[in-house]
Amino acid sequence: MTSLSPPDQKVWWKKPIDRAELIWIFIVVIWGIILTLMMPLWHIFGEQNLSTETYRTTPQRYMEKTQAFVDQYTVRTEGDRQFPVVAPPAGEDIYMVARLWDWWPILELKQGQSYRLHLNSIDWNHGFSLQPANLNIQVLPGYEHVLTITPNATGEYSVICNEYCGINHHNMVGKIYVVE
Amino acid sequence: MTNNAIFRTCPDTGLRFHGPAETLIKLNAVAAVVFLLVGGIMGIGVGLTRWPEVHLLGPQDFYTTLTSHGINVLIFWIIFFEIAALYFVSSVVLGCRLATPKLGYLAFLLMVIGALVNNYAVWSLSSAVMMTSYAPMPAHWAFYLGLILFAVGALIGCFIFLGTLVIAKKEKTYEGSIPLVTFGGLTACIIAIFTIASGAIILVPTLLWQLGYVSNIDAGVYRLIWWAFGHSSQQINVATHVTVWYMVGALVFGAKPLSEKVSRFAFVLYIAVLQIASAHHLLVDPGVGTEWKIFNTSYAMYLAVMASMVHGLTVPGSMEAAQRARGYTNGLFEWLRKAPWGNPVFSSTMISIVGFGFLGGISGVMMGAEQLNLIVHNTLYVPGHFHATVVLGTTLAFMGITYWLVPVLFRRELILTSWCKWQPYIFGLGMTGVSVFMMGAGTLGLPRRHWDAAFTSSSFPYEFPSSAMALMSLNGLSVVLAAIGGGMFCLIIVGTLLFGKKVGQEEKFPRVMVATPPTEAQYVTLHRSGNAISGTLLLAGVFLIAFVVYYFINWKYLAETWGMS
Ligand SMILES: [Cu+2]
Repeated sequence: MTSLSPPDQKVWWKKPIDRAELIWIFIVVIWGIILTLMMPLWHIFGEQNLSTETYRTTPQRYMEKTQAFVDQYTVRTEGDRQFPVVAPPAGEDIYMVARLWDWWPILELKQGQSYRLHLNSIDWNHGFSLQPANLNIQVLPGYEHVLTITPNATGEYSVICNEYCGINHHNMVGKIYVVE
Repeated sequence: MTNNAIFRTCPDTGLRFHGPAETLIKLNAVAAVVFLLVGGIMGIGVGLTRWPEVHLLGPQDFYTTLTSHGINVLIFWIIFFEIAALYFVSSVVLGCRLATPKLGYLAFLLMVIGALVNNYAVWSLSSAVMMTSYAPMPAHWAFYLGLILFAVGALIGCFIFLGTLVIAKKEKTYEGSIPLVTFGGLTACIIAIFTIASGAIILVPTLLWQLGYVSNIDAGVYRLIWWAFGHSSQQINVATHVTVWYMVGALVFGAKPLSEKVSRFAFVLYIAVLQIASAHHLLVDPGVGTEWKIFNTSYAMYLAVMASMVHGLTVPGSMEAAQRARGYTNGLFEWLRKAPWGNPVFSSTMISIVGFGFLGGISGVMMGAEQLNLIVHNTLYVPGHFHATVVLGTTLAFMGITYWLVPVLFRRELILTSWCKWQPYIFGLGMTGVSVFMMGAGTLGLPRRHWDAAFTSSSFPYEFPSSAMALMSLNGLSVVLAAIGGGMFCLIIVGTLLFGKKVGQEEKFPRVMVATPPTEAQYVTLHRSGNAISGTLLLAGVFLIAFVVYYFINWKYLAETWGMS
């Protein structure tokens, strides 16, 4: 009898399980419980937990809010397309728009301070990928996602798009400066 | 109505083949290999473009090729093969006629038409939207229609499988419970029905949206339901390739399950945890809650992981037990050393088990943890992971069993036998490189589905560490190696179908096609020694240590990045 033939015992479910197999199953179950517990534990003791604060929005509404934010805190512009560099005070609500094919505007944040970052796409799916910090968040149209971020080192960060969004997807790069 | 005239008994295996079942298995398996070839060639284009020094294709061609690669191998190759496998483990293994063969031909036709329509849309109707086709990015309606036709065909195939089980039961072609491999096929079939239903729920409205009958598709809802389809379809693959592993154990070693109860229960777990296992694709999405994510990844994923870890022990364990019963009892690993490493049926399966477990399994659990997903979501880590599960795991297992199926079904001797010996190793090594180097580059942040990680035409270019680019060059080399292995496979199989030496219907192959199982007395002696699977247990221990270490290293990585709450 093999795995290709019916079990030789008619009541195969009554056959006791081998010890070696039982030990392995026991280990596997324990490991599964540890895997499960790691997630709530990180919510209690870890520093990196993604907020779930989300609001329904529309492209118009979100652009208006972002425009107001840019108008209020822009300190200079950058690049041939005059991207505003926005330096909001610590603790402020800050906005970034994902669109074909920009992250807009450029942000200038302070190290060790927390900000409420709003993310939303005004067209298709995009992927907020902060490099080299390597934080990756899905950005959807219609959903305004608000998360608190705390930059832990100064420097020039790039926001690349890592959700395919059409023919210029690979050119979609934004910036975040973190200063003292 | 049984008609003996359309049955033949295979002189090598003793299996009874129902004529129409055999034809349908052949048709589906050949179609599978054709789509593997097409999708594989696309894969070369993708790999060579990601190779920084080569950067073969332009952006438009790259995104089209990548879309085509994903759909042709991940959907068409694998599902055609799975339909062939379902017919085999029902009709052939149970020695029963196939239910409604006419519908089987219809199913096959629908699948072929669907696959062609979808490919046409990708290439000629500018639908380079990737396999996931995330709305509201639009594809041409023919793109969705092709997938729906294909899915309807596959669904018919599933019901033919179920019908065949019913007939076998009624006509008493077997006694007692169905064999383990048929049981594995049954779980795959049930998962497939759930999968296709989810696919319909999301693709039909999306089709209507492109035809103008639905005004808007919500981006978040699309992802939620699409992944109920996309994730469960991977669960079909796992159930099927584990079934193939058990089958190879039986064919090569005459192995039987260590415990029917344990192996079958582990299969049932795959079904039990299906519902919203898609959660681990949405771990960094807006609009879904923390508790929902944790609950659905833990219960829905870890139970499946546990099931795979159990199969990971019991498949090699049953091989070890059979080998030891036969007398290979020295030390921990004589049973493994004396295994037929030159037989591609066995070597493919072994590489599949190890690759799926060590590379695919461990990485999958890591990125399926809610917070850890933050450091890998949508990076090249993701394709690195699923090339280990779907290519090393599923594709290599299917290749292995094809080396057995083709001679048995087509009554032809394999050509290029020395190539057959090497092919699993070349393909396995190449694909291991592809997985490992993409995972490495992904850990350094390189994005997936991206034409130019050097950002040469971007207004604000970003420069990745040179180590990441070096990994992509190594990835390119591995793609070439894997392509050689894949090409060898297609050449061997197609060459055998056309030119393989014919073996008559009554004649036997000059080698053993199905190993004689050890006797019951041999098993009894073995179990008295209390040492039936000690080698496998040691390997399982090594696996567990690797798993634990790697898992916690990634939590350390996460702890080093920006704080967020
Ligand atoms: Cu984008």
